[in-house]
Amino acid sequence: MQHIMKATQIAELLNEPACTHNDSKEKAGCARPKPGATAGGCSFDGAQIALLPIADVAHIVHGPIACAGSSWDNRGTKTTGPTLFKIGMTTDLTEQDVIMGRGEKRLFHAIKQAIDDYHPAAVFVYATCVTALIGDDMEAVCKAAERHYGVPVVPVDCAGFYGTKNLGNRIAGEAMLKYVIGTREPDPVPEAAQRPGIKVHDISLIGEYNIAGEFFHVLPLFDELGLRILGTLSGDARFAEIQTMHRAEASMVVCAKALLNVARKVEEKWGVPWFEGSFYGVADVSHALREFARLLNDPDLTARTEALIAREEAKADAALAPWRERLKGKRVLLYTGGVKSWSIVSALQDLGMTVVATGTKKSTEEDKARIRELMGPDVNMIDDGSPKALLGAYKELKADILIAGGRNLYTALKARIPFLDINQEREFGYAGYAGMEELARQLALTIESPVWQKVRKPAPWAVPQVGTPLTA
Amino acid sequence: MADILKRAKPLAVNPLKVSQPVGASLAFLGLKNALPMLHGSQGCTAFGKVFFVRHFREPIPLQTTAMDQVSSVMGADENVVEGLKTLCEKSKPEIIGLPTTGLSETQGTDIKRLVKQFREMCPQFDHIAVVPVSTPDYVGSLESGFALAVEAIIDVMIQKSALAGRRHKQVNVLAGSMLTPGDIESIKDWIEAFGLRPVVLPDIGDSLDGHLVPQENTPLTLGGTPKAEIESMGESIATLVIGRSLFKAADMLEERTGVPTLRFDHLMGLDASDAFTHALANLSGLPVPEKLERQRAQLQDAMVDTHFMTGFTRIALALDPDLLLAFGDFLVGVGAEIVAAVAPTRAEALADVPCAAVQIGDLEDLERSAKLADAQLLISNSHAAQSAARLHLPLLRAGFPQYDFVGGYARPWVGYRGARQALFDLANLFLGQHHDIPAYRSIYRPAAEADAGLVRH
Repeated sequence: MQHIMKATQIAELLNEPACTHNDSKEKAGCARPKPGATAGGCSFDGAQIALLPIADVAHIVHGPIACAGSSWDNRGTKTTGPTLFKIGMTTDLTEQDVIMGRGEKRLFHAIKQAIDDYHPAAVFVYATCVTALIGDDMEAVCKAAERHYGVPVVPVDCAGFYGTKNLGNRIAGEAMLKYVIGTREPDPVPEAAQRPGIKVHDISLIGEYNIAGEFFHVLPLFDELGLRILGTLSGDARFAEIQTMHRAEASMVVCAKALLNVARKVEEKWGVPWFEGSFYGVADVSHALREFARLLNDPDLTARTEALIAREEAKADAALAPWRERLKGKRVLLYTGGVKSWSIVSALQDLGMTVVATGTKKSTEEDKARIRELMGPDVNMIDDGSPKALLGAYKELKADILIAGGRNLYTALKARIPFLDINQEREFGYAGYAGMEELARQLALTIESPVWQKVRKPAPWAVPQVGTPLTA
Repeated sequence: MADILKRAKPLAVNPLKVSQPVGASLAFLGLKNALPMLHGSQGCTAFGKVFFVRHFREPIPLQTTAMDQVSSVMGADENVVEGLKTLCEKSKPEIIGLPTTGLSETQGTDIKRLVKQFREMCPQFDHIAVVPVSTPDYVGSLESGFALAVEAIIDVMIQKSALAGRRHKQVNVLAGSMLTPGDIESIKDWIEAFGLRPVVLPDIGDSLDGHLVPQENTPLTLGGTPKAEIESMGESIATLVIGRSLFKAADMLEERTGVPTLRFDHLMGLDASDAFTHALANLSGLPVPEKLERQRAQLQDAMVDTHFMTGFTRIALALDPDLLLAFGDFLVGVGAEIVAAVAPTRAEALADVPCAAVQIGDLEDLERSAKLADAQLLISNSHAAQSAARLHLPLLRAGFPQYDFVGGYARPWVGYRGARQALFDLANLFLGQHHDIPAYRSIYRPAAEADAGLVRH
């Protein structure tokens, strides 16, 4: 079992120093899952979330069918180019492979098949529980295949049993640091894209997944300011772009505690400064743009950024005015993990809504401090995300809508209450100034829907009769 | 007789296969007040859950023994016992399904022994049925996992008895994984039309049909076959088994209880529906109701109306074995041709699919063979939408999963009405795809024409 990740290595990843989860003394990293009372994905899931959006890579899941079979092509991320990432690939190991130890051999040939048939920019190979347990030496196979076929082959050691989705995110980040980032120099800025008076700065984004194409709302602003995105982990990314991320002049970690390791290590090794931010809500978008201007320390950029913010905020204000009128005073129960527990709050307050409680199960002390700052010291923080607890809180706090991840969608609908999906499987993009209008529209759509009243009322024949029966 | 072509590639591309643990979970989701718990890492359950949630648009109760690094390496027996205990205490189910996964099987778990151990340790939960089933994902597919779970349910929950026929109106239905909740509703109506009382195992028609219930949430299934009904299956007059994957389960049931078995490969199309109707008439001793006669006549009418569109239509199928055989029989029965057929795993049913060959493979195989054979229509799950788009062909969605399409789970395919609607849909897809003869313009016609009739907006 020498090829399984060691417990000490896992512990090291869990103890990411830049992650404030590890500040508090009672909570060392993340806790052990309880049999019979655990929800949520595994490390393999997390690694896929982090890397699958890289569009021109062949993503091979090395294992029996369960891991890829139930999960391929289920991400809402969008691409402007290759769609290779949407092709599901797995070694689909058989009993013979497992018993006879033929996994490595199959993997080697599988990599060849992927390269021959689909001409990927690179191949990423994801370990799964079974291949980790039988001790397949994926790193050696990937190395041999890369040498043999002349295409980069990257092992991602993300067996599901290593831990949570978050850990998988971090493992994915480590794989990029070890094998990809820093392996190529950026191309020069294309002449055609140069504009007089605008100095181009190279930046990178970490933890932006272009869910439902939402980053397409934001990217034109970066273009306008002359900020070239060298690479993104990993929305609409290409392998060759990730290779150059070390040359960014500044980097932003977008709502992703789990990938802080990437930002920290790129800073340590190549000196790229970074900040944490979000593209949800007018204030947050403006803040992100200002942070870039600050880190890049270019007075002209700062001036243009301020002008752009003024223009865009005015535009957003005008667009949001009618929605604010409709959403004013509506009460929101927000249940979502970590950074989103506060980043979306400002967006909702901006719409005139009241956030009556927010989930803090995955939040750090720092997150909680920001929540208090935003919502006042008496804010309700919900740690228990069970359907029962959420519905209880919904009633008690007289909320008008539940905003949570897709997992809670049918909890809400079965209880006949309005719902907005905020996590990565969602079908609508809310990022950027323009995304705010979509957010407002979706909120109004569900809150104002006539179906709630209809499905809550009893059938006419179930209502106790008032007055005298007609029969004599 | 179809040739079975074995898997030819090291890499599965665009997998058709869904895993055995997911299939086993589905079977347990068809039991009332039940809760399946997969013995594996938490991801096994999370992926399975998302898979079902997207297909059924329902909350799906599914738990995990949550194997982590330590238990994966050192042993996870405790996880099973602890997990069972937690479920019994917290959720109070009547039945717990306990499928294994590739992870726990590779580790060498002995799931039956662990249940015994749990029984010894926690006799206070003896009233809760626990059904272990060995379903590694490196063997079989959704269909076989489902079948193994049904066998395990019979094994654990139905005692040896000699009371067959004591409930003289009760018939058992063993419902294979190819049947949708809509199918099962239709089958129950069909049986009830003959004055008989069906006990359907498993009954996802009652649990996953999508209905709002008064209580706002429950950690358990919202319906399904009740425990007491399962235990009474030995007293029925007959067992109707639908789908070859469950024939073995039917044999077990008959061997245990002496209840005679009537076998049906599927219930799609006129012939299969007639066979089922005839069997029900014989069992009940009643004439076929007027209403069914009318539905039969309606199907016949639709068959003649649509045979212009279905005849010679070249169809490519990628489905689990039972469903592949069902569609094959049905389509060939209305004059269509199966020009490509793909199944995720081997099964005995495949040899009888009415086509030249069945490829064991994936949706890449489907796409390639459909192209090569010049297919006009695809029938498969939602994942085939990508292939259909690349081939510019219409896709009729069937099987698991259907996530880009609302109501797939509710659709009945079986019986006279199901077949009639399927014919209408096939015909409409064909009409939508109809290619006119390419226009030919005489060389003697002037090139420029006046824009007479051009609508200006």
